[in-house]
Amino acid sequence: MMSNSDNKSIQSQVSRRKRKDQFYHGLMIGLSVITILPVILIIFKLVVEGIGQISLEFLVQTPPDSFEAMSATAAGERIPGGIANGITGTLLMVSVASAMAIPVGILTGIYLYENPKKFLAGLTRNVSDILQGVPSIVLGLIAYLWVVKHITNGFSALAGSVSLAIMMLPMIVRSTEETLKMIPVSIKEAALALGVPYYKVLLRVLIPTGFSGLLTGILLGISRILGETAPLLLTALGSSRINLDITEPVSAIPLLIWEFYNDPNMVDLIWSSSLLLMALVLFLNVTSKQIAKRKK
Amino acid sequence: MNSDKITKGVLQSVSFIILLLAGGMFYSLVEGSIPAFREFGPGFIVSGEWNPRSGEEEYGALPFIAGTLITSVLALIISLPLSFSASLFLGEYYRGTRMAKILGSMVDLLAGIPSIVYGLWGFYVLRPFLIELGVPNQGFGVFTAGIILAIMIIPFATSLSTEIISMVPVELKEAAYSLGATRSEVAFNVIVPSARSGIIAGYILAFGRALGETMAVTMLIGNANIIPNGLFSTGNTMASLIANQFGEAGGLKLSALIAIGLLLFVITGIINAMGKFIIKKMD
Amino acid sequence: MDNIKTIKDPVLSIKNLFVSYDKGKYAVNDVSADIKRNSVTAIMGPSGCGKSTLLRAVNRMHELYETIETKGSIDLNGKDIFKMPAIQLRRMTGMVFQRPNPFPTMSIYDNVIAGYKLNGIHLKRSKRDEIVERSLRDVTLWDEVKDGLYKKGTFLSGGQQQRLCIARALAFGPEVILLDEPTSALDPVATSKIEDLMVSLKENYTILMVTHNMSQAARISDYSMFMYLGELVEYGKTKDMFTRPKDRRTEEYLTGKFG
Repeated sequence: MMSNSDNKSIQSQVSRRKRKDQFYHGLMIGLSVITILPVILIIFKLVVEGIGQISLEFLVQTPPDSFEAMSATAAGERIPGGIANGITGTLLMVSVASAMAIPVGILTGIYLYENPKKFLAGLTRNVSDILQGVPSIVLGLIAYLWVVKHITNGFSALAGSVSLAIMMLPMIVRSTEETLKMIPVSIKEAALALGVPYYKVLLRVLIPTGFSGLLTGILLGISRILGETAPLLLTALGSSRINLDITEPVSAIPLLIWEFYNDPNMVDLIWSSSLLLMALVLFLNVTSKQIAKRKK
Repeated sequence: MNSDKITKGVLQSVSFIILLLAGGMFYSLVEGSIPAFREFGPGFIVSGEWNPRSGEEEYGALPFIAGTLITSVLALIISLPLSFSASLFLGEYYRGTRMAKILGSMVDLLAGIPSIVYGLWGFYVLRPFLIELGVPNQGFGVFTAGIILAIMIIPFATSLSTEIISMVPVELKEAAYSLGATRSEVAFNVIVPSARSGIIAGYILAFGRALGETMAVTMLIGNANIIPNGLFSTGNTMASLIANQFGEAGGLKLSALIAIGLLLFVITGIINAMGKFIIKKMD
Repeated sequence: MDNIKTIKDPVLSIKNLFVSYDKGKYAVNDVSADIKRNSVTAIMGPSGCGKSTLLRAVNRMHELYETIETKGSIDLNGKDIFKMPAIQLRRMTGMVFQRPNPFPTMSIYDNVIAGYKLNGIHLKRSKRDEIVERSLRDVTLWDEVKDGLYKKGTFLSGGQQQRLCIARALAFGPEVILLDEPTSALDPVATSKIEDLMVSLKENYTILMVTHNMSQAARISDYSMFMYLGELVEYGKTKDMFTRPKDRRTEEYLTGKFG
């Protein structure tokens, strides 16, 4: 039998534990909200400060020189010009990087999927994972040492692309392997049992079946390299005009943001450029999520 | 000729590219840093001097190793309660709810924001705020950089911990509930212990991210080539030093920067290998 | 043992077949058997007895495991299958798997014709239509799907998907159809449809199937093999084996003592 006082002490212990539980619950919600506060604040800032500069002109013209920008600011006008050189440069380097990283990444991912237990495949998988963690600035150094110094003999879009491609490659490898692992083995076996040569099984059955997964991985990879600045400082350098020659220096949206940030007269352009960059990244993110969702 | 063999050969040789890349990267970094190590010996790593003036050139990596470790540890400490709460929110308390979906995609979005945008926001929004609070040096320094880094690594720590926390078997949790445990008691006494290694691996990988972050740190740390002597001291990380000094570098200085890149490559490689090793052991 | 291991003009003739995944451990251990034309032959046995490996050896699907070692021979219509290219062999045999596995990106029509399509064999439109219709009629699926041939095969029910997969295996006009527990993922109604189908298919094809459903083997097969630990313990007319098993292990299996 429990005495009355025992009962009371148990009750008070229970209510203490309940209060403690509620406290932790509240704390967790509070901290979780703080976690996402920066996203909201950052996007809010970009939109508020940047939207005014966005126009067609902003997309199709090159930036003004420092003096033009200064007089526009002094007169209280919108800064003329745009970031067309950055947009084309980003497109150029992202395309070249994708052209290098996607085929190699997909083939490597297939190799890892086909040989889950082979020593060489295990080594490749681990090295790829480690490569994914290499800081982008180090990839910039590498592309500088390989391409700027030995291939293009100067800063170039190609060097920038190489650094971005090395950054993208491990992501493609991983997403390819993961995607293929999700396809039932019997789909592959069904094709092989029909006497289909292995390369056709890959091209006509496995890749189409996993297509949305592969596409998701590719889009996420692109969204990651889109905003990279550090490696481009060491490789693409920047250019004030639109350039599509991969052996020449080229600008990029993030590079322009860096330049504007360092030039007091141009500083008003940082927000609109960042807003555009962020919108592109967001678009790719949402699209890839949508594709991944539809697959399910 | 057997087309299957050709296919396998092609796959194998293409996948060799990754190994070549990694090997080539290491080789090139080592080769590029030889002049610096030849000049300063292994003392390069522990020397606190960074003097680019010609004639009296002297380079050491210590201030930047220190700056990197201090900012990254700071970032880890700041982000820990935040991402831990978020992963409990996502992986346990509100798993599968609409709220969790929104919070989850916001956290994912954190990973999508470019480093340079974080830098701008830190420079124009966070820094003035910190100056208000009395942070010295115009708000520049390891503290400010640490806060921004903390925000940047949150998604990396959160996503892995969330996954592991949500994989804790229901039976285990139900057993604890049936004994009369409250929700938070289950979280701390059942879920966290059984998800421990995954959570730790997540933080190690996030730490690895922090070590190499460049642009945001460059814009906020104050770019002083000194060993930080306090929480609000200015400094430089290995990555921010390279970004800062590369433009005007040649000769011995370039080699010193490459040597620092090599150190960064090795340190992040070890940290990442540790994280992956823990994850692999869990399976 | 008084087995019917040799018969006249067999479709398949398996001779002293050994298959090992690890060195020295035989998944199939010295199996010899002839398979009779236009019949249903069931391979039974407890899990891990090597029945699937034996089935897969017939179209050399077992070679997908890299460490595999095979000794002995299998003749298909008198030709050693290990001496012909695997691709050619597989075009002469149709295979149906445990779970229905239509190609998820392809329509019903394309699934049936997949063997031609994926192998780059070009047919005239009318010829293709004819093959698709004949194969789908053979598996009694034609009436159910003829108005939606261009829908994805994955929209069908499990039983329909499995019949589609059988149609895909039939489209090439194979010498042998290999079925690896084809009804284990299906409900009883779908199962009985597939069983009826197998009985009707033996008019034109030879059927070799793995099953661990003894009553299924009893219902539809003409001949049965019982395998245990990689060995072919008993092989004979199904009726005989179920009523008068010769080997004690067969009897124990059939009476549910193990398996």
